[in-house]
Amino acid sequence: MNALGAFALRRLLLGLGQTAAVVLLVFALTEALPGDAAVALAGDQPDPARIAAIREAMHLDRPAHERLLDWAGGLLHGDLGTSLVSGRPVTSYLSGGFGPTLQLAALTLALLLPLALGLGVLAAARAGGWVDRLVSALTLGVYAVPEFALGVLLISLFALHWDLLPPTAVGTSGSLLDDPAALVLPVVVLLSRPVCSLARLIRAGMIEALDSPYAAQAARYGVSGTRIRWAHALPHAVAPAVQQLARTVDWLLCGVIVVEALFVIPGLGTVLVAAVAERDLPVLQGLAVVFGVLTVLVNLAADVVAHRFTPRTEAAA
Amino acid sequence: MNDATPRPPDPAPRFPGLHRRGFLAAGTAAGLGALALTGCGSSGGEDGSGDGRPRRGGRLRAAFAGGGASETLDPHLGNLFADAARAKALFDKLADYGPDLAAVPRLAARWEPNARLDRWRITLREAVFHDGTPVTAKDVLYSYRRIADPKKAYRAKASLEPIDLAASRAVGTRTVEFVLKRPTAELPNVLAAFGAYIVPARTQDFDRAPVGSGPFRFVSFRPGRSTVLSRNEDYWDGAPHLEELEFLVANEESARVNSLIGGQIEYAHELNPTSARAHEKGGRIGIVRLSGSVMQAFAMKTDRPPFDDPRVREAFFLIADRRELVDGALSGAGEIGNDLFGKGYEFYADTLPQREQDLGRARKLLKAAGAENLHVTLDTSAVAAGFTEAATIFRDQAARAGVKVKVRLGSKDSYWQDILDSGTLCCYRSGAMPIEAHFSQRLLTDSTTNATHWRHQDFDALYQQAQSTREKKARGAVYGRMQRRLHTEGGFLVWGFGDMVLGTAEKLRGVEAKAPANTLDWARFDKVWLR
Repeated sequence: MNALGAFALRRLLLGLGQTAAVVLLVFALTEALPGDAAVALAGDQPDPARIAAIREAMHLDRPAHERLLDWAGGLLHGDLGTSLVSGRPVTSYLSGGFGPTLQLAALTLALLLPLALGLGVLAAARAGGWVDRLVSALTLGVYAVPEFALGVLLISLFALHWDLLPPTAVGTSGSLLDDPAALVLPVVVLLSRPVCSLARLIRAGMIEALDSPYAAQAARYGVSGTRIRWAHALPHAVAPAVQQLARTVDWLLCGVIVVEALFVIPGLGTVLVAAVAERDLPVLQGLAVVFGVLTVLVNLAADVVAHRFTPRTEAAA
Repeated sequence: MNDATPRPPDPAPRFPGLHRRGFLAAGTAAGLGALALTGCGSSGGEDGSGDGRPRRGGRLRAAFAGGGASETLDPHLGNLFADAARAKALFDKLADYGPDLAAVPRLAARWEPNARLDRWRITLREAVFHDGTPVTAKDVLYSYRRIADPKKAYRAKASLEPIDLAASRAVGTRTVEFVLKRPTAELPNVLAAFGAYIVPARTQDFDRAPVGSGPFRFVSFRPGRSTVLSRNEDYWDGAPHLEELEFLVANEESARVNSLIGGQIEYAHELNPTSARAHEKGGRIGIVRLSGSVMQAFAMKTDRPPFDDPRVREAFFLIADRRELVDGALSGAGEIGNDLFGKGYEFYADTLPQREQDLGRARKLLKAAGAENLHVTLDTSAVAAGFTEAATIFRDQAARAGVKVKVRLGSKDSYWQDILDSGTLCCYRSGAMPIEAHFSQRLLTDSTTNATHWRHQDFDALYQQAQSTREKKARGAVYGRMQRRLHTEGGFLVWGFGDMVLGTAEKLRGVEAKAPANTLDWARFDKVWLR
């Protein structure tokens, strides 16, 4: 366990470095984009004097490295700065968008695990049978549909044609407790592709494990098929799946952009899109920090879990 | 904008125009009332409900594309349609634009200029802010000085430029005297400018508890999500029919359409023409087209080759097949243009012949200008609906006249600044504003957003002449001359005027259709009701 602790610490430090690099990259890329926050704000009234005044009010007339250093200095005191556009603290942007996105992501993950495990094991148990073929065909087919298209399709069918569910979450606070019906379609759309990829991975891992000599040996010793499947083969199949799951979490945090836009959920994805359009650097950097830290933590957790399930494979990267 | 006219030495200016202007103002007010009435009546009648009488109560939910988590309720900071709609629900301007973009009095009961048109006396109507304090001359001066703050960049600052705010003063509690830097016959247009709202003369936190004099009071605000307002029973223009009004933000057009069909909202702002066509006959939602809302044009830089030669500009005028552009780029949701801004607005030169495509003559003109085998780059961007489509359609039209147009797609976040001084030809668009404001903002030597680089001393002089002309008819004649010039050799190839398309729930009534976006009756939620 001590080795695991050292391993975790090493990964954590590396993760912090990665987060800093991401923030730097975001800053550099946003600076490289044509136009700055003043130009974006001036919009179709690009009066040069007005742009200059906005720039001065936003302190954008100072050199880029000074602004970055200022911001980094604030960060050390836990201060993420204020938005260029509204002057409101960046933390209010993050806390406002975090709730809805977290609820979406958590709900999706909570359903994703049992669904993917169930489908994967079910398909592997009767490998080559009609259930397996059906599951495989279905997961491949759904995986091929982009979220946007699936979302539009589901909205037209379930919300507009059959009137079963609300078409968007507009007017709700984006909270699950507020209006659970409004979150059904977004979660289904978010689930669609990860369920497929994860179920296929688990199926492949299970089949490989069930074919392995140790499964055959267990069967010769009279261990029941159910027990072999769930207690022996599944842990083997889970290790690669956990890695995939970690990637899914990253994807959920960022990939909700499409779903949030389609269903009008005011989460982090929406904040991100607006901040890029407005060139609101402090907000973008705040988001980069949040996404960076979360990604590092989730991947760390995945590595630790994979380490536990398969101690021999030096914690796959 | 030219040399500043010296202020008259007379400290107590006379107001010879008082009676006539007062009469004019009253006349427009009455006319507006009648218009609003007919508007309500006709929309009730069109639906065949037979019940055109407004019903009191209910909550209207209106979805707009919005500014996300950075939104503010500061009425002077607004840029977007959503900002303007919220601002007009909470606040009032001294004047606003009627359906033909002529200024109509709002908080100002009347306005009277002096003989030289460089001092205007504004008399406020009796109105109160939501906290019960009266709207006074002090509030007006405070608001305008806030907008004009040199350290800030409020949008209306450029519009208020003609007013010398340091010299202007309150004459009584409800009378303001504006001293102008030069004669300005169209001062009422300035009072109606986008964002020139009157706020109480004290600092306030607009995001927490904004206090205005508008038809709705503040209830709650969650930036990027929702703004809830409630009826102001004491509104000077009559309390709204609605009990509550909620502004919602939905940036995706499909989300606005879907939530409207799904009954989650009752008013969806800015739909695509294709959605409009799909649902116009469907009957599940109502479609309202606000014609004359968006001018669509190509802007030619008149100070550099090839467009510094008027023959090339005329050739381009003749290349455009306007009907094809309107049908293709706007999906037919609009009408064709005649290379002039403001079709249907006050002072529009509608007697000039409609320009038609004439490729033969275009070729001849290009040949005469020595511009055969011309190569031009057309800047466009996804910044506005129809831009990229218009660019490709025009490229094909130009090819038929032997002109090679290369379409260059630019960033939509910095497009307006990019095209201001660089390039030679670009897609251009404008919201509704008086023709005079179009001139002053874009076509004078010192205009701040002169995208065609149209700089002519004699044109500036004509503008100044119009601003010094009291008589409306005589002023109209000067505007007519300016428009003839632009029609012949201007830099704007105005090919169309797009509709602003609204979606309305079946039970929503009283939505005025004769109201280009940003005019008084556009997004005017105090006059609508739920059946």
